[in-house]
Amino acid sequence: MKSPGEMVRGEAMSYATKDGVVELALHRAPCNEIGSLALEELEAFSHELESLERSAHALIIYSDLQSGFCAGADLRELYQRSQSMDKAAALKGVRDFLERIHRVLNAIDATPLTTIAAVHGVTFGGGFELALTCDLIIADKMARFCFPELRLGLIPGFGGIPRLKRDLGNAVVRDLLLTGRSFNAAKAQQIGLVSQVVSEGEALRAARAAAAQIGKFDRQTAAAAKRFIKPVPHEELRQEIDIFCELFAHPTVEAGLKKFVESTDPQPYLP
Amino acid sequence: METAEKTLDEILSLAAAHFKVPREKLSPDDDFFKTLGIDSLQTLDLLTKLESHFRVELPDYELQGVSDFRTLAGKIQARL
Repeated sequence: MKSPGEMVRGEAMSYATKDGVVELALHRAPCNEIGSLALEELEAFSHELESLERSAHALIIYSDLQSGFCAGADLRELYQRSQSMDKAAALKGVRDFLERIHRVLNAIDATPLTTIAAVHGVTFGGGFELALTCDLIIADKMARFCFPELRLGLIPGFGGIPRLKRDLGNAVVRDLLLTGRSFNAAKAQQIGLVSQVVSEGEALRAARAAAAQIGKFDRQTAAAAKRFIKPVPHEELRQEIDIFCELFAHPTVEAGLKKFVESTDPQPYLP
Repeated sequence: METAEKTLDEILSLAAAHFKVPREKLSPDDDFFKTLGIDSLQTLDLLTKLESHFRVELPDYELQGVSDFRTLAGKIQARL
């Protein structure tokens, strides 16, 4: 157990508690891709959450990198690992990774702390899915969101669809998922995904102001309100893992990953 | 409604200001990836700036293969 205020510094992320607010900063270049290292550190953070909850009322997740909040799963690592083993082992490895990241994201989703994602720049794929676990998303006006997974022959695998469905209308979810287009913070606010859009470089400040406001309320009441309004869609999350793994077995995925990893296109996230 | 020429001129001015390139060095038929020297992340920044400035949505799949300012202006003009 860490003492309040103590900074826990990892290679991919760091966290500390100040004035009742846990701040988790992502800082692995180029854009906080979630691979095995980030997963291990997220797991360590989620194991600490229970003790952090005793001395805090809010959690802010943000990125220290100029490039953006998070570009999602580390596709280069995924491709290289899948090349180094046979199909069955690669598929088992993917399922294991998904089970682990789901446990972490479900813990963040369900924590009694009020959670805020302060996002800017690229908020794609798994990065978008990380933001979706939070109770509030506060976006820099240059933030950009996207679910580009279909270009690889996959669906989002870190809980994106069930959480989008929880928060938005089905027609909007279909548009974002099936076109794979990226959209800006103003659009994200218009469809009800983002609660505040702020000037460039101001998302963390705005998140801290919101966290200070939340700290004025009784913690047990806030936790009860959250439990009531934001159930974790466990059944659909399980289904998502199964569908992802079924799709991952198709040869088109390997071809899609190879194309992405080797791409020199200025818009490599496009199909 | 803005004219196509005005839209093009505003794109050139906006790109010059955002990427700190002298406006006179940009021409309508330039390949903006090369002239501005921008990578994929900066391309997204440009897209966001343009959407915000013109108050339009530009689905990125419509911009696939677009690399010069004039064609880009046409895509924006079609949504004004």
